[in-house]
Amino acid sequence: MKTKIIVGLGSCGIAAGAGKVYNMIKQLVEVDKLDIELKQTSCIGMCYREPLVEVIDNTGRYLYGDITIDNVTELMDRHIENGEPIRELVVESDLFRGSEQGYSEGQVKIALRNCGYMDPESIEEAEDRKAYKAIRMVAEDKLSQDDVIKSVLESGIRGRGGGGFSTGLKWRFANNNKSDTKYIICNADEGDPGAFMDRSLLEGDPHAIIEGMILGAYAIGATGGIIYCRAEYPLAIKRLNIALHQAREKGYLGNNIMGIKGFNLDIYVKEGAGAFVCGEETALIASVEGERGMPRKRPPFPAESGLWKKPTNINNVETFANIPYIVLNGGDAYNKYGTVKSKGTKVFALTGKIKHGGLVEVPMGFSIREIIFGLGGGIQDDKKFKAVQLGGPSGGCIPEHLIDTAVDYDSVNATGAIMGSGGMVVMDETTCMVDMARFFLNFTQEESCGKCTFCRIGTKRMLEILTRITEGKGEDGDIEKLEELSEQIKDGSLCGLGQTAPNPVLTTIRYFRDEYEAHINDKKCPAKHCKALLTYEIIPDMCTGCTVCAVKCPTDTISGKRKEIHFIHQEGCIQCGECFSRCNFDAIKVY
Amino acid sequence: MRVKRISLKDKQEQQEAENLSLMNPMIEEYRGKKGNLIPLLQGVQTLFGYIPHEAFLKLHDEAGLKLADMYGVATFYAQFRLNPVGKHIIKVCHGTACHVQNAMKLTEALMESLKIKDGETTEDNLFTLESVACLGCCSLAPVMMIGEETYGKLDGKKSVKIIKEIRLSEKN
Ligand SMILES: Cc1cc2nc3c(=O)[nH]c(=O)nc-3n(C[C@H](O)[C@H](O)[C@H](O)COP(=O)(O)O)c2cc1C
Ligand code: FES
Repeated sequence: MKTKIIVGLGSCGIAAGAGKVYNMIKQLVEVDKLDIELKQTSCIGMCYREPLVEVIDNTGRYLYGDITIDNVTELMDRHIENGEPIRELVVESDLFRGSEQGYSEGQVKIALRNCGYMDPESIEEAEDRKAYKAIRMVAEDKLSQDDVIKSVLESGIRGRGGGGFSTGLKWRFANNNKSDTKYIICNADEGDPGAFMDRSLLEGDPHAIIEGMILGAYAIGATGGIIYCRAEYPLAIKRLNIALHQAREKGYLGNNIMGIKGFNLDIYVKEGAGAFVCGEETALIASVEGERGMPRKRPPFPAESGLWKKPTNINNVETFANIPYIVLNGGDAYNKYGTVKSKGTKVFALTGKIKHGGLVEVPMGFSIREIIFGLGGGIQDDKKFKAVQLGGPSGGCIPEHLIDTAVDYDSVNATGAIMGSGGMVVMDETTCMVDMARFFLNFTQEESCGKCTFCRIGTKRMLEILTRITEGKGEDGDIEKLEELSEQIKDGSLCGLGQTAPNPVLTTIRYFRDEYEAHINDKKCPAKHCKALLTYEIIPDMCTGCTVCAVKCPTDTISGKRKEIHFIHQEGCIQCGECFSRCNFDAIKVY
Repeated sequence: MRVKRISLKDKQEQQEAENLSLMNPMIEEYRGKKGNLIPLLQGVQTLFGYIPHEAFLKLHDEAGLKLADMYGVATFYAQFRLNPVGKHIIKVCHGTACHVQNAMKLTEALMESLKIKDGETTEDNLFTLESVACLGCCSLAPVMMIGEETYGKLDGKKSVKIIKEIRLSEKN
């Protein structure tokens, strides 16, 4: 068997230098005339060990982590030329336990079943991994629209875009509305900053999403398909277009698909233009129609009157990626995972202050602790865990004492956060929760489309209050004002953006009220993050009088002669932290 | 709402005239098509890096789009720019993961090194500094993107070094 070398070329891998590694291997293979098959794949989820290079030879499979241009020649010399695998760098193998073997073993990969295991630009490799088997089965077994919907209903899958509405029911509604033109749309806008599940799926397994849409189109009777993808994902757009082209050539798209009479469908990609609110389905439709992406009142729901006033069904990327598996293997194969009300598996993007940042897919009902401390490996630098943010700008922060919360729709909602699309941003003791609330309000305030007064002006007022607090100008009654405004914005907004915008503030007040109070009453930031609230002081016993701090101080507010103890005059201090970062003797304390 | 984006700069008169005829094939392709407004504006921006005032007028005359509609859309979406940009656009990510990993330090270091504020372009028209929300490489936070290239696991120093290297290669 010919030895295969596979390089992980997802956006994250490329950013970590995988493109350069790929080119280097290519050169080495050419120069040394090696008999090797060099291939690409996408993100396998182990982002913290990128760039990843897989070697498959006649002894077995070796997945190497942290391969850069500095050690790739060593890898080629030792493993390829001399047949001696470098065991220290192997993260996964089928011959012995690699250093990260546990990362994949703890997961159940359904949506991510192909990501990192095939070349996303090759439809043949996808077909070898069962792509388009489900639609073929539908055609060969003459399954009806209702059969497909039933199978999806049985699986119990709920929309993975954040709302959590039953996908089967949604399809049934769209099916019930009779019209000669209907649309199926894939929501690939992934607006939650700090989440990248959909990007990985789009880049890693575009055919699963396309097949999911084909099955959806068949079930509801759609005649046109659109993938609305955000422009920040150029690689995803490129691979989608390649995949769509291949699917057309093979007859999975076009007229009388797979011989099903009258089943005609084409799908094309529409690039977003940078607006978070366009992830909301009615705003997304407005944007596809070429207008400002403003949400409108529902009903009528898109299932009744959507794109160009025709019945339209919108689902998230991850939802579609699960569909072929469900149709092919039956609803039971999916609903055997999960909890009573939340079926199946869910992909999460682990980021922030976590050791193993990356993608994981686990059955619903896993606890946050299992995800963060099990798969995620715990907190960076072994600092203290403080909170995890779920659901992005619509979600909330879950504190340490609730770390055993099960991750399913209802348990997460009970904490005041939401499941959202699957972004998990981990925070440690150095993260200021008031600043986090300010960060999210800044985001929603900018992204509010401006239609509803409460959302437009209310978020602005909340942001002003939060900014004031982080600048040490907080006043008595600010917390109550924030709570009052939150309730009003929730009640007075038309779409999910406004209705959920106060969540990050409300959950941080609920679980970290003492931090707000420290900012307002004591003018202190316990996490030592908010600049204006910090005091820098020299510890006399530690100061050697080296004068570095005095020289570097931009406001000349540090006095002291060479070899004598220095002193920071607080009146002139602008809290820039320059002295603190420059001191070589740990002689400056900050509090 | 992005109020900042709506205010027009007084520097408009300094803009050089762009070769608008480059737009012709695109106008042919999209004329009369439903929902063509955003793809047309995106196309114009790909050509010139921003949407020149005259391009709006041309689209109005030749593609029959209303000026008010185009301006409404161009100021609604974060992607569209109404002012010229530098040769390299530096997009510093300020998404949640990058914020938690101190993305502000990157922007501060870059502002100091380039002597411009966020959203501005350097004197020599080489760099424009922008903030974006999430580039989808959150596990490598903090992240920035220059052109098609994404850089991860940065700090202030590393980001300035990358800029300096680009500046050097431009000189040669
Ligand atoms: C402000 C806002 C932003 C949203 N952003 C997204 C998004 O980026 N991606 C997504 O799939 N759904 C997003 N949604 C949810 C969609 O409106 C819609 O519910 C979803 O695409 C339906 O697909 P699903 O049933 O498969 O989840 C957003 C909703 C709101 C209110
Ligand atoms: S938050 Fe910066 S890349 Fe996602």
